[in-house]
Amino acid sequence: MEEILNLFQGFAIALQPFNIMVMILGIVLGVVIGVLPGLGGANGVAILLPLTFSMPPTSAIIMLSCIYWGALFGGAITSILFNIPGEPWSVATTFDGYPMAQQGKAGEALTAAFTSSFVGAFFAVVMITLVAPLVATLALRFGPAEKFAVYFLAFCSFVGLSKEPPFKTIAAMMIGFALAAVGLDSVTGSLRLTFGFTELLNGFDFLIAVIGLFGIGEILLTMEEGLAFRGGKAKINLSVVLQTWKELPRYWVTSLRSCVIGCWMGITPAGATPASFMSYGIAKRVSPKGANFGKGEIEGVIAPETAAHAAGTAALLPMLSLGVPGSPTAAVLLGGLLIWGLQPGPLLFVEQKEFVWGLIASMYLGNLVGLIVVLTCVPVFAAILRIPFSIIAPLILVLCAIGAYSVHNSTFDVAMMLVFGVIGYGLKKTGYPLAPLVLAIVLGDKAEEAFRQSLLGSQGSLGIFFSNGLVSTIMILGLIALFWSVIQEGYTRLRTRAATA
Amino acid sequence: MTTNSSSNAGPSHKAVEAGVTTVIGLFGVLVIFGSLKAGIKWGAEGPGAGFFPFYIGLFIVGSSLINLWTGLREDEGNLFAEWGQLRQVLSVVIPTTIYVGAMPFIGLYVASFVFIAWFMRWLGKYNWLTVALVSLGMPFVTYILFERWFLVPLPKGPLENLLGL
Amino acid sequence: MKRTVLHYTIGAAVAASLGGFATMASAAWEPTRPVEFIIPAGTGGGADQMARTIQGIVTKHSLMKQPMVVINKSGGAGGEGFLDLKSSANNPHKIIITLSNLFTTPLATGIPFNWKDLTPVAMLALDEFVLWVNAEKPYKNVKDYIDAVKAAPAGTIKMGGTGSKQEDQIITVAMEKATGTKFTYIPYKGGGEVAVQLVGNHVDSTVNNPIEAVAQWRGGKLRPLCVFDSKRMSYDEQVFEGKGWKDIPTCKSEGLDIEYLMLRGIFMSPKATKDQVDYYVDLFKKVRETPEWKDFMKTGAFNTTFLVGAEYAKWVETEEKRHETLMKEADFLAKSN
Repeated sequence: MEEILNLFQGFAIALQPFNIMVMILGIVLGVVIGVLPGLGGANGVAILLPLTFSMPPTSAIIMLSCIYWGALFGGAITSILFNIPGEPWSVATTFDGYPMAQQGKAGEALTAAFTSSFVGAFFAVVMITLVAPLVATLALRFGPAEKFAVYFLAFCSFVGLSKEPPFKTIAAMMIGFALAAVGLDSVTGSLRLTFGFTELLNGFDFLIAVIGLFGIGEILLTMEEGLAFRGGKAKINLSVVLQTWKELPRYWVTSLRSCVIGCWMGITPAGATPASFMSYGIAKRVSPKGANFGKGEIEGVIAPETAAHAAGTAALLPMLSLGVPGSPTAAVLLGGLLIWGLQPGPLLFVEQKEFVWGLIASMYLGNLVGLIVVLTCVPVFAAILRIPFSIIAPLILVLCAIGAYSVHNSTFDVAMMLVFGVIGYGLKKTGYPLAPLVLAIVLGDKAEEAFRQSLLGSQGSLGIFFSNGLVSTIMILGLIALFWSVIQEGYTRLRTRAATA
Repeated sequence: MTTNSSSNAGPSHKAVEAGVTTVIGLFGVLVIFGSLKAGIKWGAEGPGAGFFPFYIGLFIVGSSLINLWTGLREDEGNLFAEWGQLRQVLSVVIPTTIYVGAMPFIGLYVASFVFIAWFMRWLGKYNWLTVALVSLGMPFVTYILFERWFLVPLPKGPLENLLGL
Repeated sequence: MKRTVLHYTIGAAVAASLGGFATMASAAWEPTRPVEFIIPAGTGGGADQMARTIQGIVTKHSLMKQPMVVINKSGGAGGEGFLDLKSSANNPHKIIITLSNLFTTPLATGIPFNWKDLTPVAMLALDEFVLWVNAEKPYKNVKDYIDAVKAAPAGTIKMGGTGSKQEDQIITVAMEKATGTKFTYIPYKGGGEVAVQLVGNHVDSTVNNPIEAVAQWRGGKLRPLCVFDSKRMSYDEQVFEGKGWKDIPTCKSEGLDIEYLMLRGIFMSPKATKDQVDYYVDLFKKVRETPEWKDFMKTGAFNTTFLVGAEYAKWVETEEKRHETLMKEADFLAKSN
C-alpha cells in the first residue's frame, strides 16, 4: 500500500506544469531522434544530457526518460514507411510493418505499432511499481552463464523453421556471426579479422548493416520495379486509428506474451532488440496465422513492438536499483544520475523517494502523452508515402548516409552502408534471408563474450551452462525452442498413432 | 549484351546466384584465414580469439558449397532481372557511390545538394524551381537539426570552412 | 588613457576574482568552430561521465563561446578515438580525454599510435583503484583475503575487471606477482557491470574505481579492502557504517606493495600552437574552479592532481615506460603479425 501512496505523490510531482512541459518537449525530441536513423536513443539522451544540468534532477530525468520513450515510439515510423529501422529494436517491426504499408495499410500498421508500444511500456511500469525490489534481486543472479543462456534462448526462438532453403539460412546467419566477430576481441583484448585495416577496429555496427541491407537494398529493389512507391493510397485520416483499435483486442494473447518476454529480456538484461526478435519468432510459431508472417500480418507488428517497449522500460529497473544499465540508453541515464549527485543502487528507493516515484509516475504519464502525440500524427506520417519516389528516394538516401555517419562519425561507415545495400539487394534477389543475418550481428559478439566469460570462470568446463536451476531452465527452454518444429511433429505423430491404436 | 537487348533479355538467375554463392564462399575463406592468424586454440582459459570465427568460416564455406551444388542443378530459364531493370538499379548505385566517395572531400552538405538535385532533375524530370527548393532545403534543415540542435558534427568540406561554419 | 588602464585593471581584477585567473587569453587564440570532445570509451563509463560533466559545466557557466560537442569513439578499446585525433593535425577544434588505454591499447593491439602523436594539454585528475570484496564474505582485510586466495585451489578465485589487457588486468597481474597467487581474470564491458557481478557473487573480488562501486558500498553490499595509492584518499565524508574513503588503508600498508592510478587527462590534435594549448589549459582551470566539478571529484573520490606543460608530458612519459614494463612482464604485448 505504501507504494501506491508513494506513486500518487509521484503523480503530484510529475503533474506540475513545468514537468508536463518538459515531458511533451522530451517526447517530441525523442520521436525526432527515433525517426532519424543512426541518432539513437542513447545518442539523443547523451547529447541532451548537459542541457538538463540547470534543471532540478526530477525534471531532468523526466525529460531524458521521455526522450527515451519518444525514441522508442519513433523508431517504428521509418521501419513501417520505408523499411529503414530508425532504431535497432524496430528491425523486427519492418518484417510485417513494411509489407502492410506497401498494401496501403500504413495507417493501420503505425497505429498498431504505437498502441502496442504503449501497452508494453504500461505493463512494464506496472511491474516496476509493484515488484521492483523482488525483480532487482532476480537480476543479481545473472552471471555470464545465465546471460549466455538468455541470448541462446532469444536466438533459438527466432531461428527455427523458415521458408528459405536451410543452407541459405545457415550461410546468412554465419555471415552475420562472422561480421560481428570483426574488431577487438573483448576477452583476449587483441584484434581479429581486421587484416591490418584500422577502419575495421570498430567491427561492423549493426545499425550500419541494417540501414544498408534493409533501407538501401529496398530502394534498389524499388528502382528495379520502376520508379514507384507502392502504398501511396494509404488512408490519411484519423478514423483509421479507431478502426485499428477495434481490431486490436483480438490479439490480446500475443500482447500479453510479448509483454512478459519484453520485461524478462529487459531485466536480465539482454535489452530491447533481442526481445523484439524473440517475441516475433515466438508469435510466428504460435499464431494460427503464422504462415502469413512476413507478408503484412498485423500480429507481426504487435509482437515485436510490445516486447521492445516493455524491455526498454523494464531495462530502467536494474539501472535504478542496481546501478547496472539494461540498455545503452539506460547507461547514459545512469551517468546523468551520477552527475546530479544521485547514486543509483540499493539505497536509491529509500533515500530518494521523491525522485524515484516522480520518475515512475512520469513513465505512466510520459507514455500516455507519447501515445497521444504520435497517434495524432499518424495521418501525417502516412501522407509521406504520397510524395513521389524521385523526390523521396534521394532524401532517404541522404538520410541513410547521415544515419550511417552519425553512428561512429566515420565516412568509412557510409561507404560500408552502400556496400551492405548492394549486398542486401543481391542476397534478397537470390533467396538468402536477411533477418537471421541481422540477428546474428546483434547477438553474436555478446553471446560469444558471455560464453567465454563463463568458460573462464568454470576453467573450460561446459558444465557451467547446467550448473544451477536458473541457467539449466533457460538452456532447456532454448533447446525446446530450437527443436520446436520437430517436437511438434513428433507430438502430432504420437497422437495420430494413439488414435489409430 | 547482344543485339537483342529487348525487354526480355538479362542475366540468368542461375548464373547470378552461383556468383553470389561463390562470393559468400570466398568470404568464408577470408574469415578462416583471419581466424588462423588470430589463434584458434582452445586453451586452459576457454576458446581463443579465432576459435569461433574459424568454425563460422568453415560453416560458411560448407553451406556455400551445398548452395552452389543445389543452385546449379536448378532449371535454366529464369531471369535474374532484365538489362533495363539493372540499368535502373545502376542509375542509383553509381551516383550514390560518387556521392559517398565525394563526401569526405567536399563535405556532406554540398554532396547532398548535388546528389538530390541530380536525382530529381534526371530521374524525376522536375522543373528547376522544385529541384532547387528541395535540394537546398534538405541540407539546410539537416544543418539546423544536427549541427545546431543536436550538436552532431557532420562531415564538412572547403565551402563550410570558407563560410566559417 | 589613464582611465582606460585603470578600467582594464579593474576588469582584470574582477575577472581574476571570478574566474580565478586573468583573462589575458582574450587576445590569443579562441575556437572559431564547435569543439569536438572525443571520448575513447563507450557511453556511461568513467571517462564518458567525466567528459559529459565537463561539457555540462562549460555550457552552464558559458565558459566557451562555441559549443562543446562530445563524441564517443570507443572502437578497438579506444583506438578509434586516438587514431581519429592523430589524423586531425592542424585542427585545434578537437580534444580528447584519456584513460590508461592511451598506453595499453597501442601496446596490446599494435595499432600505429603513441601519445607523442598528440599534444598534451592537462592532467585533470587521477582515478583511484580500490580492492573490493563482497560484504557477505568473511574477509575483513587484505591479509584475510590473500590467505583465502592462497588456500583455494589455483585459478578458482575469480577477479572481475573492465576490458582485457587494460588497467584492471594489469593490477590483477601485479597482485599475483606480489603475493605469489593465481587469479582467474574475467573481463567485462563496463565498470558498473563488474561491481554488480561482485554483488551477485559471480566473481570474488574487483579493483573498481570508487565511482563505479560507491553505490554498492553505501548499500552495504561491497567492502573495500585497500586503495592502490601511496597515501590514503582525502575525502572523509561517511559512506557506510561510519566509514569514509579516508578510512580505507593503502594496499602498501596492508602488505600489498602496489600503486596504480589512472590518468584522466586531456590531449589535443597534433601540431597545436602554444596559444591553442594555453586556451584549453585556461578553460580547464576554470572548469576546476566550479562547484559542480568539486562535487564530482568528491563523489568519485578522485585524486585531484593538476599538471600542465612539461610536467604533464614528463608524467605521461614515465607512466608509459611503466606500462610497457608491466605489460611486457604480463605478456600482454601484441604479437607482431
